[in-house]
Amino acid sequence: MARKSKKGEKQEMEMVRIYIMGKEYKVPAGLTIMKAMEYAGYRYIRGAGCRAGFCGACATVYRKEGDYKLHADLACQTTVEDGMWLVQLPFTPANKAIYDMDKIEADDKTLVNFYPEIARCVSCNTCTKACPQELDVMDYIQASLRGDIAKAAELSFDCIQCGLCAMRCPAEIAHYHVAQLARRLYGKYIAPKARHLEERVKEIEEGKFDEEMKKMMKMSVTQLRKLYNARDIEPEED
Amino acid sequence: MEMGYYPGCTLKTNAKVFEDSLLKAFEKIGIKLKELNKWYCCGTVYSLATDNLMYRLAAIRNLIRAKEDGHEKLVAPCSICYNTLKQANLMAKSDEEAMSKINAFMDEEPDYDGSVSVIHPLEVIEAKLQEIKAAVKKPLGKKYAAYYGCLLLRPKEIAIDEHENPSIMERLIEALGGSVVNFPLKNECCGSYNVASNKEAVIDANYRIITNARRNGADAIVTSCPLCHFNLKEMQKEVKKVHPEFAGLPVYYFSELMVEAFGIEMEG
Amino acid sequence: MNWLLSKVEELSGENLYACYQCGKCSAGCPMVEEMDLLPNQVILLVKLGDESVVEAKSPWVCAQCYQCGVRCPREVDIAKIMEAIRLIKLRKNIDHIKLENVEKNLPQIAIVSATRKYTG
Repeated sequence: MARKSKKGEKQEMEMVRIYIMGKEYKVPAGLTIMKAMEYAGYRYIRGAGCRAGFCGACATVYRKEGDYKLHADLACQTTVEDGMWLVQLPFTPANKAIYDMDKIEADDKTLVNFYPEIARCVSCNTCTKACPQELDVMDYIQASLRGDIAKAAELSFDCIQCGLCAMRCPAEIAHYHVAQLARRLYGKYIAPKARHLEERVKEIEEGKFDEEMKKMMKMSVTQLRKLYNARDIEPEED
Repeated sequence: MEMGYYPGCTLKTNAKVFEDSLLKAFEKIGIKLKELNKWYCCGTVYSLATDNLMYRLAAIRNLIRAKEDGHEKLVAPCSICYNTLKQANLMAKSDEEAMSKINAFMDEEPDYDGSVSVIHPLEVIEAKLQEIKAAVKKPLGKKYAAYYGCLLLRPKEIAIDEHENPSIMERLIEALGGSVVNFPLKNECCGSYNVASNKEAVIDANYRIITNARRNGADAIVTSCPLCHFNLKEMQKEVKKVHPEFAGLPVYYFSELMVEAFGIEMEG
Repeated sequence: MNWLLSKVEELSGENLYACYQCGKCSAGCPMVEEMDLLPNQVILLVKLGDESVVEAKSPWVCAQCYQCGVRCPREVDIAKIMEAIRLIKLRKNIDHIKLENVEKNLPQIAIVSATRKYTG
């Protein structure tokens, strides 16, 4: 395929063959899987969100020619390669436990009580291999099983809930739901409370900033931008 | 002396007192148990099917971690963890075909060769009875029934002692100044995982085992398995509902007797 | 050979014809009171190809304590036979328990073993 450059010369664009749900397409090299699918004529109604690797909506699995491994990645973050067989997995069916954060306790049985299937983990490590965020997924499931909520929360912090771990798990665990409960429990019951936050919330409630808020509401976007750029930034503490 | 230490999930939860007392007691006799930097649930009960290698991955992965941490010996206090790790290690030494499959599947791990030896703390204790006697400050005054259950003794290949009539725990109790009672049901199963599906089996076993220990004059039962401990101790209230005359007995981990006799104060 | 026997032999690796029905396994079994078939009867029924053994209670009550196997004069590891019978169902995705119905707050060691023996 050729296209005209600005100077009017013909320039060859490098193309690669990919197979979307088994059908072959030629797409420009260097595109992400997501853009390549759109180039091939697919339109995203579900399975695409932020297009920047944060939302976890565009889970994709693929194999490459001559490689038995099943790869799992985000379509918006992965470049197409010649001979790629792929399909999107925009959604993973999984039950999320129902709980009231104010009523449950954070103890060494909470996670396994809500998600007893974590006891089925055989440490095959398939989840970790599937994680596009390169998290130690198996390790946080193991931490969850032994009731180490803090460790599970820490190890799963960057989870974007794409569901690829759960789709690959032979023990049928919904890892990301377990991790979300671990982080919620950690945040509510285990993490040290920030005292200055409580103080600030109290100040807000007492109306200390009402006047300034009113002033800001009347500002133009340009004024707001100027104000934002000139704001004080606290030095980071180690 | 330092040895690798594999806690297992339940020593971090229900059996925390087992972990705390064991680490303190071993420190007293000059052994530092160093927890593996990383470990996974061993899978508890060893898979018995010829072709079920999946359920043995976790055990092998733990042995790889032990080797990585530089341990020749790995101490596993929980009877079930001990049994599973030990059986998996025997497989690693003897079943080349199984290991080539496991090593190929775990392509992110170095191959494992069976070179770590899995041991139970009671085996360590056997060689340290003199030091233990010397460390006793408050000799135990009571009569104890040493309960081994199944998984320290069977299958024969992994037995820590004579499988029909073991005596390591009795020798420990005597070294600590306690006395032991004759206890025919010392190696009879507590019902194990039936507690999750068929509680009646565990209630019956509990009644039989504890009544047998009482009739033989025991003041308490001593064990090394967190599941036996749960089934024998926590299920006593259920036994009482079925057998109102049932009097029950306290149940301890052997390491709890050690810290008691050594006069070590436990927090909490 | 009947399918049941060949399946059980394949999964367990045991030779069921070594059993001469002495009953020592059943005499020593700590769970035998809870069983509907004696362990030696389980072996016999498998040899006869009686499929009712797959629906029996005994294999699920077996606590894998290995007492039968260490005492067997013919060195048949009966615990492996019980496991093979459980697997005939579990490998067809027929679980023995519903994990979500298992009592809460049991120690991890109990839940993990239950998943290994009662779910596929």
